[in-house]
Amino acid sequence: MHIVVCVKQVPNTTQVRIHPETHTLVRDGVESVMNPFDENALEMALQLKESHPDTVITVLTMGPSQAEAVLREAVGRGADKVMLLSDKALAGSDTWATSYALSQAIRTMSPRPDLVLFGKQAIDGDTAQVGPSVATWLALPCITCAFGLEVADGRAKVKRSFEDGYEILEVALPCALTVVKEANVPRMASLRGKMAAKKLVIEPTTAEMIGADPANIGLLASPTRVVSILSPPARSSGVKWQGEEPADMARKLVEELRQRKLI
Amino acid sequence: MALQIDLDLCTGCGACVAVCPFCALTQRPSDGKVEVNEACTACGACIEVCPVGALSLPEPTSPAAAGQSETHRGLWVFAEQRGGQLQDVTFELLGKGGELARELGVEVGAVLLGHQVDACVGPLFEHGADVVYVVDHPALAAYTAEPYAEAMSALIKKHRPEIVLAGATSIGRSFIARVAIEATAGLTADCTELAVDPENRCLIQTRPAFGGNILAAILCPNHRPQMATVRPKVFPQPAPVEGRTGRRVDEQVELKDPVVRVLETVDAMQHEVNVAGAEFIVAGGRGVGGPEQFKLLAELAEALGGAAVGASRAAVDAGWISSFHQVGQTGKTVRPKVYIACGISGQIQHLVGMNSSDTIIAINKDPDAPIFEVADIGIVGDLFVVVPELVKALRKAQ
Ligand SMILES: Cc1cc2nc3c(=O)[nH]c(=O)nc-3n(C[C@H](O)[C@H](O)[C@H](O)COP(=O)(O)OP(=O)(O)OC[C@H]3O[C@@H](n4cnc5c(N)ncnc54)[C@H](O)[C@@H]3O)c2cc1C
Ligand SMILES: Nc1ncnc2c1ncn2[C@@H]1O[C@H](COP(=O)(O)O)[C@@H](O)[C@H]1O
Repeated sequence: MHIVVCVKQVPNTTQVRIHPETHTLVRDGVESVMNPFDENALEMALQLKESHPDTVITVLTMGPSQAEAVLREAVGRGADKVMLLSDKALAGSDTWATSYALSQAIRTMSPRPDLVLFGKQAIDGDTAQVGPSVATWLALPCITCAFGLEVADGRAKVKRSFEDGYEILEVALPCALTVVKEANVPRMASLRGKMAAKKLVIEPTTAEMIGADPANIGLLASPTRVVSILSPPARSSGVKWQGEEPADMARKLVEELRQRKLI
Repeated sequence: MALQIDLDLCTGCGACVAVCPFCALTQRPSDGKVEVNEACTACGACIEVCPVGALSLPEPTSPAAAGQSETHRGLWVFAEQRGGQLQDVTFELLGKGGELARELGVEVGAVLLGHQVDACVGPLFEHGADVVYVVDHPALAAYTAEPYAEAMSALIKKHRPEIVLAGATSIGRSFIARVAIEATAGLTADCTELAVDPENRCLIQTRPAFGGNILAAILCPNHRPQMATVRPKVFPQPAPVEGRTGRRVDEQVELKDPVVRVLETVDAMQHEVNVAGAEFIVAGGRGVGGPEQFKLLAELAEALGGAAVGASRAAVDAGWISSFHQVGQTGKTVRPKVYIACGISGQIQHLVGMNSSDTIIAINKDPDAPIFEVADIGIVGDLFVVVPELVKALRKAQ
């Protein structure tokens, strides 16, 4: 089996803050990490490989040259092959153009994958669009928010999470999945893996090498345009009660709720 | 590279470097003038702050899309139904969509996909749809992304709407991305604000990014339709107008058999109140300390007459409560009348999911917890003391 896992390098968003006075992003010391949901997608592939030893896992990322760090991390955990799609011509791609480029990259891979895995969403943009969009370019079915994957006889059985429950679905391979956090607990890189990752030579793949139509990539091909960046409106705070008897504060709160006609 | 830098104008002041959200701008050591690297996403944040106008972006024009703003008319809302039950977000979108459509001088269409879902048509008219397009097909009986995308794409091709809105729900987000590729349309995910510019008929889409730390305004200047998914609960539901009706259009669409088969549906929240639609929510975070202690919150919920129990991600990750209860960026967006946060610090990722609640009450023993910055009523105290007192006081008040 050949599994392609698409991973993205993202800034650790818990550390990104808006400066209260200048309204600009404060990102001093913000580290880049593998998108957390992509760790779950990779882990899903690694677990499948444990039960299907003839499996090859290729990890694909599109991004600036420093994004190779996530590929090394993936190899450290047990991925077999990597592709770093990196080209100035791809800069400014929105989900439409990104998904086209990733699909072209996957088309050049041999053998064609049986499974293409994505994280549920990337935590920088949070769009959750790239997975189903790549699948559309590749004419593959796509199950979003997946966990609990079982593969047998060329078919995948998988759970798909909903707002208030889940469904059990079945689909023939090849197919695409976007993976949720509930799927598994990602492993750490092994010592042997780390050695392999260190030795890895990563040559970037260019847009030309994947036969990408220049009209479909980069900023100019992207239908959406970010026109401005604002800081979220602050909600002003009300009263704060401190240093009073808990029972008194509780009574005051019930009184307040009553007066506001909330209870 | 997309961003253009006029090095003759650049004074090396560094203002753009400081605002770039992506660390894509650096100053040359030789003369301090600015260079751009591959991390640039052409967001444009730097252009506004450049005091000398040295930065610019070329206007994107796609020959395929040229003139589409003339050929496409009308605003559509995807009418999401599950098991024949229209979802609230559909009504919220019909309300907001109606406002936008009036500004553009066009009709609001609702697209109803499913099998034997006639009962849904009336409520769509009553909540503001002028036209309801119905595709009734056995392939649409159980939701799977592929036939839903096929049906929606076929209707878009035929009727050419200029705007298509869907709820940012697990269904909406999973099939609409396929439609956007097939329609060569821009798609903006998870919007929290929408407006239109009647002049160029552009939809102005605002959405949080970077975990809610920033808001981005997004346009699709040259492509039609302009597509967006919208968070549930960010727009109010319009009051239904009883007896209001409109045009029903039944569409025959050829659909392939579904490739994904639904074997079983499991309702994991059977006996609990779903936070997504609740009017009262009692939410717990890491401060609650364990699964047993969540019972304390359930008691408070009960004393409030059947509130839902919500949770921060920290509580969910610790395994104290199931992820269906999680509120926030990677959980649910809620808009209750009253949100009581107990032992939740109020990180931005949690706040983006609940800060449009009508009244926020916070109980936290740390007086500096950020949750107090958004709370209407903040109680500094130990939740294990305050919550039982609150339960007592509520019971007494009844
Ligand atoms: C990509 C991403 C997505 C995320 N999505 C979400 C999301 O959807 N939802 C979400 O909630 N978080 C989300 N987070 C996590 C978020 O950043 C915070 O880590 C999380 O919200 C913290 O939860 P908490 O407030 O319960 O825990 P903490 O930050 O640990 O706060 C616990 C609070 O409890 C108080 N406390 C302790 N004991 C008591 C007591 N006895 N009485 C009263 N108060 C007490 C403490 O003073 C403290 O303020 C996300 C993070 C990332 C990176
Ligand atoms: N530049 C990229 N390179 C590789 N995979 C990506 C990239 N962008 C998005 N993805 C994949 O698509 C998923 C969804 O991303 P998004 O649509 O941006 O939320 C991610 O979890 C990744 O698996």
